[in-house]
Amino acid sequence: MRHLRAIRNVQLGIKTLILHKLRSLLTVLGVVFGVGSVIAMLSIGEGASHEAMQQLEKLGNKNILLMAAKPTEDESATVQEGFVSVYGLLYEDDVRIRQSIPSVVRTVPVKEIRKNGRLGERSLELRIVGTTPEWFGLVQRNVLAGRVLNQRDFDQHSAVCVLTEHGARRLLATGHTVGQAVRIGEHHYEVIGIVQSEQVVGSIRTPDLNVDAYIPISVARERYGDIIIHSAVGSFLRERVELHQILVQVDTVENVEPTAQAIEALLKRFHKRQDYRINVPLALLRQTEATKRRFNIVLGSIAGISLLVGGIGIMNIMLASVTERTREIGIRRAIGAKRRQIVMQFLIETVVLTTVGGLIGIGIGVMIPWAITHFAGMPTVVPLYSIILSMGISVSVGIIFGLYPAIRAARLDPITALRHE
Amino acid sequence: MTPDAANSPVATDALVRLDSVHKIYQMGITQVHALAGVSLALARGSFWAIMGPSGSGKSTMLNLLGCLDRPTRGRYLLDGQDISALSDDDLSEIRLRRFGFIFQSFNLIPQLTVQENIELPLYYLGWDAAAGAARARELAEMVALGDRLHHRPTELSGGEQQRVAIARSLANTPDILLVDEPTGNLDTATGEQIMELLAQLNAEGRTILMVTHEQNIAAYATHRLHMIDGKIDRMEGDL
Repeated sequence: MRHLRAIRNVQLGIKTLILHKLRSLLTVLGVVFGVGSVIAMLSIGEGASHEAMQQLEKLGNKNILLMAAKPTEDESATVQEGFVSVYGLLYEDDVRIRQSIPSVVRTVPVKEIRKNGRLGERSLELRIVGTTPEWFGLVQRNVLAGRVLNQRDFDQHSAVCVLTEHGARRLLATGHTVGQAVRIGEHHYEVIGIVQSEQVVGSIRTPDLNVDAYIPISVARERYGDIIIHSAVGSFLRERVELHQILVQVDTVENVEPTAQAIEALLKRFHKRQDYRINVPLALLRQTEATKRRFNIVLGSIAGISLLVGGIGIMNIMLASVTERTREIGIRRAIGAKRRQIVMQFLIETVVLTTVGGLIGIGIGVMIPWAITHFAGMPTVVPLYSIILSMGISVSVGIIFGLYPAIRAARLDPITALRHE
Repeated sequence: MTPDAANSPVATDALVRLDSVHKIYQMGITQVHALAGVSLALARGSFWAIMGPSGSGKSTMLNLLGCLDRPTRGRYLLDGQDISALSDDDLSEIRLRRFGFIFQSFNLIPQLTVQENIELPLYYLGWDAAAGAARARELAEMVALGDRLHHRPTELSGGEQQRVAIARSLANTPDILLVDEPTGNLDTATGEQIMELLAQLNAEGRTILMVTHEQNIAAYATHRLHMIDGKIDRMEGDL
């Protein structure tokens, strides 16, 4: 009964508005443009940040980078086991992280060794990166020639390497690259592929900053072991480092920070010293989000002003409508309508008006970004929340700016209202 | 019933009773005594014409009787219930359930069709749409406008509009019809038709209180009440 009445009230409101199509449309234009611009601007903003996010994702915003770090606070303490400083990440760490943290999708261990690479006359210091085939799945890198490491290379301990473009150019010059044998240190490797050198974007760096040779970590471990000898001026410095880096991929962006904390807690139990660092590329992401928030605040203010202006326009017209319909109000009151019912009648009319305006605005607001993407090629994303928000705002504008005219209508004295010409 | 009997506070079966009712309007700095101590008792089923020159307080009286207004002083008993001090909502409720209004200028809502205009009181009474529509059709038939249900008031002649107004005023099966110059905007022949309709409604037992300044219109009423300067001058009619 009660909701049937509400439906009839709304029907009545719609009917009254249809009677004055042009006026209703003009009245609600402010809301139409307000809502339209809110959605359009949010879509453009969302599109831009979506693009930034995608770029970040390419860099690995779901990744956590663990790096071996020589403890600095107590240099002498590290010198033990016959002048070998032992620090860094352990093979065990890799296994532990992968097995004990559910949000971790995969981990990629990285072992770095610096050696001279040589091919015929040409020689160059290379960074040997011993890793698993998954490295290439985690760090997006264009393959320029040949192929990247695969599971078979890893399983069979194949003496193969993938060079970065930069290294390949200098070492191999113009010769046929793929299939050539390159000597690194005392060992020979077959070049199976060339990948693009990394472009450094922002502050995020992946291991192959310059001249890298990727080999299976099984081979690296076999051939070079865990002890690295640096020959400095007049002395040897021996280090025992099992893994230089572990790249951890997390399932979702939201899980990155909790996972980083979990890893830290886990590693703390096995590392008495702080001989590693945890880098979260998400920092850049945070910055992007902060920018987006600021953008949204500016946008919200603009939208707020335009809706305020729109709302005042509606109030103005509704007040005029109340005056124009004074007699109708008088008739309804004489027949027995209560003040509350008159308030509801006018309020529903205004809300129907702004809701329809909001719907038109949403239509426009969805079309503008579409046109921008279509003609200007700028990415846009219409966020669902912007549509829900717009609907909410439209209804609220109707209630807020319709209330005063409605109360004015209800306060009219029925006798005076009936006499009104 | 003599005028004295009508004024007597002990009159028993009065539907409407006023006890020394005053209505004072503040017009700027001057006070206007629209009603200056009116007492009367009107019996159920009677048809009263309230007459008098303009400014005599007859419209004020009708508004007061119709619960559109409250007396400044004095008491108004409607069917024994004192309504002098009721709230706006309560007065609305009484108008909705007990009164039907018919105006000189018809006062139909131009945006609504004939049927919707007739249904209006039922809408506020909370009738569902189907029942309201059926009742509106029935009433439209009664005033011989069954074929005009979906017309708008502006498409009708004055007499037809007034018949719609009469149909509307009957929708809530009121105790009292309050009629304000019903023929003021109609030609003589149409006016007579309307008055015959009202006389018929009275003959069916409905109480009618009508304001008019025309003798020939007042002649349709069973009783006449003459007002001058906010007071009852005299009452006519047998009973």
